[in-house]
Amino acid sequence: MKGIAKSLLTTLSTFSRKPVTRDYPNVHKTLPERDRAFPLLLWDQEIDEPFCTGCHACERACPVECMTVLMKDNPNHKSVGGTSSRRKIIDKFWIDYARCMRCNICVEVCNFDAIAMNNTWTGHETSVHDRKDLVMDLQMLLSQSHAGAIKEWVPVIGQTNE
Amino acid sequence: MVTERAREFDTQDLLINVGPQHPSTHGVFRMVLEIDGELVKDVIPYIGYLHRGAEKLCETMDYRQGIGFMDRTEYLAAFNAELSYVMAVEALAGLEVPERAQWIRMILCELNRISSHFMFMGAFGVDTGVMGTPFIYGWREREGIIDLFEEISGDRMMYAYFRPGGLAWDVTTNFKARVREVLKSITQGIKDFDGLFTENEIFVARTKGVGYISAEDAIDYGMSGPSLRASGVPMDVRKDEPYLKYSEIDFKVITGEHGDVFDRYHCRLQELRESVKIIEQCLAKMPDTGPIMPEKMPRMLRTPPGEVYLRTEAPRGEYGVYLVSNGGNRPYRLKVRSACLSNLQALKQMSVGQYVADAILVLGSIDIVLSEVDR
Repeated sequence: MKGIAKSLLTTLSTFSRKPVTRDYPNVHKTLPERDRAFPLLLWDQEIDEPFCTGCHACERACPVECMTVLMKDNPNHKSVGGTSSRRKIIDKFWIDYARCMRCNICVEVCNFDAIAMNNTWTGHETSVHDRKDLVMDLQMLLSQSHAGAIKEWVPVIGQTNE
Repeated sequence: MVTERAREFDTQDLLINVGPQHPSTHGVFRMVLEIDGELVKDVIPYIGYLHRGAEKLCETMDYRQGIGFMDRTEYLAAFNAELSYVMAVEALAGLEVPERAQWIRMILCELNRISSHFMFMGAFGVDTGVMGTPFIYGWREREGIIDLFEEISGDRMMYAYFRPGGLAWDVTTNFKARVREVLKSITQGIKDFDGLFTENEIFVARTKGVGYISAEDAIDYGMSGPSLRASGVPMDVRKDEPYLKYSEIDFKVITGEHGDVFDRYHCRLQELRESVKIIEQCLAKMPDTGPIMPEKMPRMLRTPPGEVYLRTEAPRGEYGVYLVSNGGNRPYRLKVRSACLSNLQALKQMSVGQYVADAILVLGSIDIVLSEVDR
């Protein structure tokens, strides 16, 4: 009987504690800076074009082959009277969010810091009715960064805190 | 006349199917029980419902890409699974891991062991028939640990944080303070489970003497981890073949006496306390600053030809990675020795002669994770 009383006391003691649960769809937890949801592309606000040059580095490094990249000549390049120093620029970009396993490798291999993992709640709440809707095109991938709605965290591999 | 009378009480064996979609099988595991009344006469397990071919997939990927798949071979303790793979690659490539990275790895692995054991406590409590309460307690404690992991690695379950050579990036600046904070809540959680179960007469009556396996049989079946130690065999890879910095740490190998379901539970509970002790020592010894990767790392890691078998102590037992390289940037052959598959072999030995409800208990007591069994 002593043991049962002890276990009942244990459950009773939780009444005095604060609840650890959240009213989820109404209350969102603040996500840490490093949170990794699905990858998205970043927008160069200075020149007003994407950072991505379509170099295929992420496409080749992706373990699950969820990306498709096509590049084109930059119509805004200096040689044709534009303001950008990027000779090539991204033309079409698809990421299949249904296949992506959020391993962060695309971010690591990118030479232009053009891709980042989404660390906001929009990256987590991606439920759709059809799997086809999870294939994101260039416009969808860029929109969040274009609107300035993301403060991305792009790690350098092996970096220390100093 | 006697035979006639005996025939009257003859019973027919009944085959019942448990799983694969059954909440008590902890995943997609199917077993066919041959029962005589309430007694189990035979158990036929069927595995493979969660087979994803992770080993073969890794052979088509370079070493960095493989880490993500190794995470998924054991989703409750992904740090431990990563560690075995990464250490095998390091052993093959001859990489020296910086000291600070080793301490961080140890802390994270032990925390992951704790989170996995809490998950066991919760699920096992439900198996014994306690509705809900322990499960929620287990999740509550696990949540704190997972939040910490998310702050460090970015993901809650599939971390992809260990890399051949060290760590992907540094821990947060308030790492030590955060771990201490989590340890505090863990200590309270261990107390809760201790109070809830260990002396509870109903729980003891339900679990003592159920699912017995002797030390000899357990060794013969190739069991490892807490399931083996509960039978009284002090086998722990952390002690027998110290890896990382375990040789500098003072901890006990917990063993049971009876090898029954209760001992398997009690071993894990005491192991939680040992893990807390290990983490506290690690925190005291870990340097605050320093490199986490060797200075010169190639962009694409290639290993010289050779083979290596490296084992570590995962929450469920010995997690080994056998890696063969033929000199390229990807494994020629990768074989994962998972503790769960070996522990599962003893299921029949442990549950024959028990009641049907006990068969579920026995399955729960070896802390089965189906992603690790099928890979």
